[in-house]
Amino acid sequence: MKVSYFPGCTLKTKAKDLDVYARKCAEFLGVTLEEIENWQCCGGVFTTSRDEIATKLSSVRALKEAKSKNQPLVSVCSACHNVIKQTNAAIKDDAEFASRVNNYNAPEDAYNGETQVLHYLELLRDVIGFDKIKEKVVNPLTGRKIAAYYGCLLLRPGKVMAMDDVENPTIMEDFIRALGAEPVIYSYRNECCGGYITLESKELAKAKSEKVTSNAKDKGAEAIVTACPLCKYNLQKNGGDMPIVYITELLAEALGIKE
Amino acid sequence: MQRIGVFVCWCGSNIAGTVDVQAVSDALGKEPGVVFSTNYQYMCSQAGQDMIKQAIKEHNLTGIVICSCSPRMHEATFRKTAAAAGINPYMVEIANIREQCSWIHKDMKEGTEKAIVLGRTAIAKVHLNTPLVPGESPVTKRALVIGGGIAGIQTALDIADAGFYVDIVEKKPTIGGKMAQLDKTFPTLDCAACILTPKMVDVAQHERIRIFSYSEVEHVSGFVGNFDVTIKKKARYVKEDVCTGCGLCTEKCPQKKVPNEFNLGMDNRRAIYIPFAQAVPKVATIDADYCTMLKTGKCGVCSKVCTAKAIDYTQKDEFIEEKYGAIVAATGFNPISMDKFDEFAYSQSKDVITSLEFERLMNAAGPTAGKLVRPSDGVHPHKIVFVQCVGSRCAACAEKGKEYCSKICCMYTAKHAMLTRDKYPDTDVTVFYIDVRTPGKQFDEFYRRAVEEYGVHYIKGMVGKVSPEGNKLIVQGSDLIANKQLKIEADLVVLAAAIEPDKSARPLATMLTASMDTNDFFTEAHPKLRPVESPTAGIFLSGACQGPKDIPETVSQAGAAAAKVIGLLSKDKLTGNPCVAHSDEMMCNGCSTCEKVCPYGAITYQDKEFRGPNRTTLIRRVAQVNEAVCQGCGCCTVACPSGAMDLKGFASKQIMAEVDAICK
Amino acid sequence: MENKKDVCNEIIRRSGVNPRKCMKCGKCSGTCPAYDEMEYHPHQFVYMVETGDIEPLLKSKSIYRCLSCFACIDRCPRGVEPAKIVEAVRLSVIREQGNNHLKADDLPAMLDEDLPQQAIVSAFRKYSK
Repeated sequence: MKVSYFPGCTLKTKAKDLDVYARKCAEFLGVTLEEIENWQCCGGVFTTSRDEIATKLSSVRALKEAKSKNQPLVSVCSACHNVIKQTNAAIKDDAEFASRVNNYNAPEDAYNGETQVLHYLELLRDVIGFDKIKEKVVNPLTGRKIAAYYGCLLLRPGKVMAMDDVENPTIMEDFIRALGAEPVIYSYRNECCGGYITLESKELAKAKSEKVTSNAKDKGAEAIVTACPLCKYNLQKNGGDMPIVYITELLAEALGIKE
Repeated sequence: MQRIGVFVCWCGSNIAGTVDVQAVSDALGKEPGVVFSTNYQYMCSQAGQDMIKQAIKEHNLTGIVICSCSPRMHEATFRKTAAAAGINPYMVEIANIREQCSWIHKDMKEGTEKAIVLGRTAIAKVHLNTPLVPGESPVTKRALVIGGGIAGIQTALDIADAGFYVDIVEKKPTIGGKMAQLDKTFPTLDCAACILTPKMVDVAQHERIRIFSYSEVEHVSGFVGNFDVTIKKKARYVKEDVCTGCGLCTEKCPQKKVPNEFNLGMDNRRAIYIPFAQAVPKVATIDADYCTMLKTGKCGVCSKVCTAKAIDYTQKDEFIEEKYGAIVAATGFNPISMDKFDEFAYSQSKDVITSLEFERLMNAAGPTAGKLVRPSDGVHPHKIVFVQCVGSRCAACAEKGKEYCSKICCMYTAKHAMLTRDKYPDTDVTVFYIDVRTPGKQFDEFYRRAVEEYGVHYIKGMVGKVSPEGNKLIVQGSDLIANKQLKIEADLVVLAAAIEPDKSARPLATMLTASMDTNDFFTEAHPKLRPVESPTAGIFLSGACQGPKDIPETVSQAGAAAAKVIGLLSKDKLTGNPCVAHSDEMMCNGCSTCEKVCPYGAITYQDKEFRGPNRTTLIRRVAQVNEAVCQGCGCCTVACPSGAMDLKGFASKQIMAEVDAICK
Repeated sequence: MENKKDVCNEIIRRSGVNPRKCMKCGKCSGTCPAYDEMEYHPHQFVYMVETGDIEPLLKSKSIYRCLSCFACIDRCPRGVEPAKIVEAVRLSVIREQGNNHLKADDLPAMLDEDLPQQAIVSAFRKYSK
């Protein structure tokens, strides 16, 4: 099976592990990630304003290309996924917004939100299946206590992202279980790490990230797993000695394909 | 040709404000068949009615058209007026020029034109009206109350005390409902059990009340005064009439790990159990999901220890059929699930509990024998945070919360806070609230006492997040008055979960053909004037199944429902609705279409002998309408392919005449 | 005065938020992770836009403290979506000529070698036009 893949800028630079293992693991599990041609940066954050058109066009182009191939569009970076999925929903729900987007982007070939947008975790859960992954695990992570960090972007806004229950999600915990490790539930798993504020206010980012890692540690976590490069950066920088790993690294390790 | 009188009502300024009533009566006075037309300020008043009666006599009227409010409001009034003046009440037609005209139009010209059209339509119908005489049906002098909480108990006692037989159907093994789980009751702080259990005993001992506990209503048919009900008595594997309630079996049963629903799963019970000491009926019940004997055939301890020989592992569900004149729904409420509100960490910490769980923790018969301790470690909490409106007033999240105010939470939270401070002065109590709503006798005084005398901290604001950290719960919320975000280290967090109707209400409503609102509360026949009756005749509403209610309100409504039931059961005969379907046998082709669409089971088929040409006879299968069962909905008249089915008072040709009058 | 109304109406239109849906429970501010860094808090943004008291918001640094975490959007019991109001207010400011909050020249001092691109593009998208 082939799906369209939007890697995003950070996955080509600072977060190569997230990208490389996403492709390898998917291939190993029978899904080829076909990189969208000439993709452009998603912008990192979704602008909620209804009159922000240009900032959403890169997402629309990617969605459109996936539509032309009749493939779902998968990304692994939480931020890219959030921006693309919110853009797709805005096009579906807001006809005025959709028509303005299409006026920018070849109105004769209008895009109306047809593409299915999947996060890599959803690809694993809904397309491949955690059961199947469990069967393919050669290095089960038995005995390891791993805390899932959802942050904000994977889950919210819940109505749009619709990946899981916003306040009590299970997708990453089920993923951790499928790899043979023990998930650690802690309440800050869906609280913000500080995100881009790290640029302006190191103190605020530090306060937010420390809270996440200390809460995970308090509940017995030995490592935190995330899908977002910025979360990883903030947690790593401020989280003391708590190891922060990408979901794809963990997956590759369990599947025995990590170098 | 009819001699028709037209009476246009001003309804004060309700109609006359937007409709030129003089122009309407003038225009309608010129319609064919109209011999008298007038208008008056309040047609429903005594003077207005006298005006109608006098006109009937003076002008020998045979048909009446009243242009006024909705027929739901005053049709009965004007029919009585007509009957008093000697004409058949079904010769009266109402043109609704208020709800359907003056109230929805702003422009006088448009309103007046529409009122004239509506009046003309009613005149066209009256031309084809025929006098109708309603039939009568007997009344079964026995009532059914569904639900054995305080609402059902009070309704049953009041009906039985008036001399009628009542059956209570309760799905749990005992009556008592939610009130039996409560500790104290606001605003007087009486112990709930102390005031409830005597009533439960009264029910058990009442010669005219039967309790079907551990039972459910399986099927309902019939109509007001004549309901046929099937009750399923679920197998409890204990002979109810033999068990003495000694409780020995519940002590000896080796299956000890069954979550005790009476204590909301905060402790365990045995597989054979009596929910609580004052249960009525006080008999044991075997939980088939956990009983080793029923599951594997190996155990039988309860049977061995029972000296009364009451255990019967072979018991089957039993079905009882009974006739009732009236049915009361008293199915009650439940707190909503906290699964979708995990920002409050209910699933993450045992020390985040709901208010009902708090009741059990405070109750001397509860899992901690009334000692307030944290469920996680049994340690006494020194800091408790109460959060109001969890899932109530929640418009954004229909899939998890409720848009309405649950009404009871402000008061029980004040009670919990006060009782905590009273019993444990070393415990600090904070309540987060959006609004404190205390409209009830002695309610606000009670809440103020909690604040002023008991030192409960009330903070205007909502909690955004509860985070279990170490053995504490960090409660992050806003204090809108101080304009601060607070982070409080609490030992226990209590969530005032929204309440919702019991899940059994929806299927029951379908069986009863009783209407419900979008929240699954039963709808009343009129929100102000008929609050304890369902729009379906013979179905009455008691307690929280109609809307959130506290105990005093529930008891009042239960009594009101009982009064309505008594009023119904006191009658020997009920006058039916003459506007029912009838079949023209000569046109009926026996196709059964009407029988299939009839929601009330009012149509049957009969083989009948008809005279054919040349002195021959032939047998034909034709539809028959049971006029007592027919509700006059008209489904059959629309479905009938040969046009044999028609509705008295709403005949197809009358409807067509109305349509013609509108389109003219 | 009229101008203030226009600005508020534009903010309401652009955000798609109806501030009248707010029941003033304060859950948004109770949940906001940047609360302590803000002079005006999420519930105040909603209230001040509703009542036309817009100038203090336009001048406040609070508009740059929102983390776009959307927690207030998901936890609001009335579906008000305060974060969208905050964003719309911020756009009213940074869309004006010369009002960029983050300038390219400021950037080198903020970087370190691990900082992901994502942080830079996100900050530019939120703070500058």
